Formats: sequence, C-alpha cells, structure tokens
Amino acid sequence: MQAYLDHAATTPLRPESLAAMLPFLTEHFGNPSGSHAVARRARVAVDEARDEVASCLGCEPGEVVFSAGGTEADNLAVAGVHGSGRGTVACSAVEHHAVGRTCDALGGTTVPVHGDGTVDLDALAGVLGPEVGLVSVMLVNNEVGTVQPLAQVAALVHELAPRALVHTDAVAAVGWLDVAALTAVADLVSVSAHKFGGPKGVGALVVRGGVQLAPVLHGGTQERGRRPGTTDVTGVVGMAAALRVATDTRTRTVARVRGLRDRLARGLLDTIDGVTESAAPGGVGDGAEASVGADSTKVAYSCHVRVAGVDQEELLVLLDDEGVRASAGAACASGAVEPSHVLLAMGCSPGEARTAIRLSLGYTTTGDEIDHVLAVVPKAVERLRA
Amino acid sequence: MSGGVDSSVAAAMLVASGHDVVGATLKLWGGPSDSGCCSVADVDDARRVAGQIGVDHHVFNFTDAFEADVVGPYVSDHGAGRTPNPCIECNRKVKFGLLLERATRLGFEALATGHHARVVVEHGEPRLRRGADRLKDQSYVLSMLGADQLGRVVLPVGELTKAEVRARATALGLRTAGKPDSQDVCFIHSRRGRGAFLADRMAMHRAELVDSTTGEVVGAVPAGELVTVGQRRGLGVALDGHRRYALTVDVRARRITVGSAAQAVGVRIPLERTSWVRVALGRGERAYAQTSAHGTAAACTWEGDAVVFDDPQPLVAPGQTVALYDAADPDAVRGAALATAAT
Repeated sequence: MQAYLDHAATTPLRPESLAAMLPFLTEHFGNPSGSHAVARRARVAVDEARDEVASCLGCEPGEVVFSAGGTEADNLAVAGVHGSGRGTVACSAVEHHAVGRTCDALGGTTVPVHGDGTVDLDALAGVLGPEVGLVSVMLVNNEVGTVQPLAQVAALVHELAPRALVHTDAVAAVGWLDVAALTAVADLVSVSAHKFGGPKGVGALVVRGGVQLAPVLHGGTQERGRRPGTTDVTGVVGMAAALRVATDTRTRTVARVRGLRDRLARGLLDTIDGVTESAAPGGVGDGAEASVGADSTKVAYSCHVRVAGVDQEELLVLLDDEGVRASAGAACASGAVEPSHVLLAMGCSPGEARTAIRLSLGYTTTGDEIDHVLAVVPKAVERLRA
Repeated sequence: MSGGVDSSVAAAMLVASGHDVVGATLKLWGGPSDSGCCSVADVDDARRVAGQIGVDHHVFNFTDAFEADVVGPYVSDHGAGRTPNPCIECNRKVKFGLLLERATRLGFEALATGHHARVVVEHGEPRLRRGADRLKDQSYVLSMLGADQLGRVVLPVGELTKAEVRARATALGLRTAGKPDSQDVCFIHSRRGRGAFLADRMAMHRAELVDSTTGEVVGAVPAGELVTVGQRRGLGVALDGHRRYALTVDVRARRITVGSAAQAVGVRIPLERTSWVRVALGRGERAYAQTSAHGTAAACTWEGDAVVFDDPQPLVAPGQTVALYDAADPDAVRGAALATAAT
C-alpha cells in the first residue's frame, strides 16, 4: 500500500492536462512567434491557454505573463518591480525562498508573523512608508497551510505606502481557494502549474494593467517583452487545461479533501501523545484538537504536525519504508533536511522544527490512503520513541 | 557513504553478500570547505553509487551535532593549548554515536562504513583489528569504540588493500573508483587553512619562545594557539644551527618552551578519558601504543594513568589520541585514551 501525501511538493499530472499537451509534443510543434501556418497553429494554442488562465485567475488575457514556473514568476514580480525604480521591497518572514531570498538580495525588509503563521499586521504597518515599492505576502503558506489575510494586507499597503504594489505568491492556493476573488486586491500574482495538476517548469505571473516591470531576463519580445524566450507551448497548454479542471472541480475537491484531512489530523492527535498541529486554526501549540475542521485560516489539504521527541528525518525513513510519502519542509542542496525557516519564524525552536512533518493531500487522495497513514504513523512513532 | 571509493565498495560488498542495505550520507558541515566529506558533489556521488548498486539512499543532517561535538571542542581545545583530533571526535560522537543510535532505532542490525580496519568476533566478543592494508590502516581512529558499538559495526573493506578496493570499484563501474583519498580535516578549507579557520572563531595570542635550557626568550610566534607540542616548523633556528622543537605549550601564560631534537622525546605519556574495547589493561601490563593516525606502535607498559615507552618516543601533544594494542596480538586494539599535559 502506498500513500502519496506530498501534494504540496507536487501533485500528479491531470489526465486532461496530459491529453491537451500530447498534440503539441508531436504534430503541433510550431514556434508561436512565427508567421506561417505551423506557427499560427501554435500561436492559437498559446492564445487560448492565456484566455483560459486569465478566466480562471480573474484577470485579462493581456495581464498573464507565462514563465518557467513559480520561482521565475516570483523573481520577475519582486525584482521586476524593484528594477523599475518604484521603491524598496518587503515580504513576510514565511515566504517561499523564491520571494524571500529575492527580497533579501535586493536589500528588502522582512515582516514577522504570528505563531499561526499569519503576517503581523502591526509590524507590517511599521515598515510601510512612501519609499516602499512592493509588498509581497503569499496567499497560502506552502509548508504549514496558513491562509494570509491578503485583503487586510492590501488595505494597509494602500493606506500607508501609496506607491507600493502588492504581490502575492498564490502557488500553494490554486485549486483550493477562490484565487480569482482573493487575489483581486493584488497587482501581481504568481502561480505554478505542477502544484495543480499541470506539468513542471511552467507558471504564470499576473501583471495587472499598467504595472511596469523591468525585465529580469533579456531577449526577445515574447510576453510583450516581460519574459523573453520561446513560449513553452506544450507547458502553457497543459497548465491551462489543468487550471480549468482544478477551478471547475474546486468546491467538490475541497469538501472531500478537507474531510480526509480532518480525519487524518484528528486521528494523529487522538492516537499519538505529544502531537501538535502547526498553524492550527485558533492558534498554534494549543487547542489544536478542538479546532480541527473549523478552519478558515488554513488551507484544506495541509496537515502539518510536530511529534514531540521524534526526529523528522527518522520518521520520514520509516514512513517511506511503509509506502507513506511525506516531507519535512525545506531541503538544502545536498538533499538534507534543514530546519524550516517558516517554523522558526512562527516561533518554534530549532529543536521543535526538527520534529515537524508535512502530510499534504491532493485531488487524488483516497480514504484508503488516510487509513494506511493512520495505521503506519503511530507504530513508527512508538518505535522511534522506544 | 561519504561519496568516496571505500564506502562505495563497502556498500556494494554488502549488497553482493545479500544484505538489505540502505545508504546514508551525513551532512555535517554547513560552512565553506573544499576537501570535505559533505560537499554537494560528494553527496551526489554517494547518491549515484547507491542508485547504481540498487539501494535506497538518505541524507541525514547532523550539522548541529557536528558543530557542538566536533567543531566547538576543536576550537576550545586549541584555546586550551591542546591538539585535538576532530576525526576521532566525529567518529566517537557522530558516526558511531548519533548515527549508530539512529540506525538501531530505524531497525538496522548494523552500521557499515568504509574504514580500513576489521571487526572480528573472538570468544563471542567483537574486537577491533588493524586493516589488511597496513599503509591504510584506520584502527587508530576507531580505537575508542567499545565492544557494544563494535558488535553493531561492519567494516567490509578492512579485509582488502586500497588497491583491491579501487579494483573492485572499477570492476563494478562505480563512478567513485578513481576518486582521490580525502585528506586533512574535512571542515577546514585547504587554501585558508587551520589558522584562518580558528582566527574566525577565537582570539589568537602572541606567545614567547623560551629556551628550555637557558630560560631565555629566544623569539615569538604570532599565535601560540596554533603551536603543537613536538612541532618544528615556524619556531626558528637555535644559535647552534639546530632546529627548535616545541616542548611545552602554555597558551594562558603565552609561553612555549623550545629545545633540540634530542629534548623533543619522552618515555611517559599521561592519559585521560581512557576507554577499553572490553577488558582493561592491568597496571604493569605490556602493550603497544600508537600516537598518531599513521604512526607506528611502540612497546610500552600501562601504568593506570599513563603509558611508559621502553624507548624514548617523539613528544605527544595533549589532546592527541593514544591507541593501545595488545602485547601478544599487536593487531588487536585494546583501548584508547587522550594524552594530557604532564603534571
């Protein structure tokens, strides 16, 4: 029995995405920048994909900039705005490194978060001012699943930093929240196809009308000069198909997966002593059990727990042996697990951070998988604590 | 699996003999290094070899423990005028400490490494013996392991010469077959060196060189912390044209006594932190003592808190490990201790 519970790392390719892509790996091979019939066929596919993505993300087609994934979209947003001379940059302390390290590299400011992972709005207010050009706060945290109060962030930015644009990394949110509605307050929105059932290596940045970005890559005029390089026709077609399905099935999937997630979280909390749910709605570190299922501040697919006295590296080895594919947050270049900057920012000690594992569900997750995990984890924990 | 040829072949030998093997590489050092056992390239080599021989591979992050148990003491020992051996502390605390405990918790019967030494069971008890390749023998750096640890340790390449190890790696087509042996201390950058590494982490102090015979100050060194008992380089030349050797290092007094080669020998090494493989040597019992990784063992007598050599031997710096071998069976390790300053 296998249980794949690492959907936050990547989720299986949707069949609709695969079917949509196949012709572009074979007969429709054209370069969409050309002018002849073969090129025009590819161009039509890119245009249709752009329309589809815009429709799902609640923007105009001309506002969609295709990129080679979420990291590139984040870099283009942060470095593109900074490079345009708009002002300084700031981001939350729990951003993905694609935002956080870009911000650091540009001398930006990091805004602390509360114990549940939500950005500290008072601290944010403290760093806002007329010199700020961009504030980046992710919609959903990829490690612990916290949903950020983006509307409040945007309101604060508009009030205290009138020049600043708002960017949100929505990579961990697409398919799980009403991204079109929730990101309407943002000037820039990053998404990544493989997190919602599309292929790896393709993503998009929504750039609302009128926002000027300095190019991060230099080259041709593709994507209206905002992202040069021959368009990954296959990738954007696959992304659009996956996004359409993820959007259309979202309500049903969320209801089903939330039920499975709550059963998983409740099962772990009930059967294992010393389990704490990270970023549990209602506050981290306490009352996690009571709050399971009652959340609006946590995304439906994320079950992130800390198991007292258990080293995450050891638990992952035993789980992998039993067919449970989970993760422990960030890995360094060698593949070793590093203490999560997200948990440290949320107030965990490095020691506590080493007890964390992330079980992330997805659109393919079944009740049998959850049963298997609930059978395996308590035994593994018991063995490691013996 | 360090990503080197010895651990690659060790793993392949265990797979060939039918064991259920899982590869592990330790991420020990997060800082800059070029000779280290945990560069990304080395981890990649280990991962690729594991894939080639068909075993799972994990990377374990022990950087915090390595910092606390190996690098920290390495720095503080220098500050106290001792000359530590960080490889031995890493073996003691990390590889055959934390990793062995982890392996046991995860249900593994044994931990295998690519060290050139042999674990043999005699009379139902595991013992550590020198490796088959005397030039590559690493029993010295494992001499502090006890029988309880050795009973869970497997050293497959200890029966082979280094040339045989490389030949096996080549025959198996392992990508590490021609990789050079690791040298020196893994966390110290070969270009920057020990002095620069320590200077980043501790204050260095000028120390006077004092002639042990006349008591005269005959020179100075910029960092007494970097001088090792027995050292010759960097201490200048005496009036009679002979090289000077460091006889004692007193970091606190910023004073190093120097003398001739004839003075830089001793017969008695006071010891601390003694550990035994199984049975302790009795006071007055004969043994062989080896005082460096690639030194030769010399005949001595165990005196309970010191060894006394039959013949004068080069001085041993405080902090260095002294490996003790059986008098009747000189390949067999009896125990180990750390040299301490004479009192």
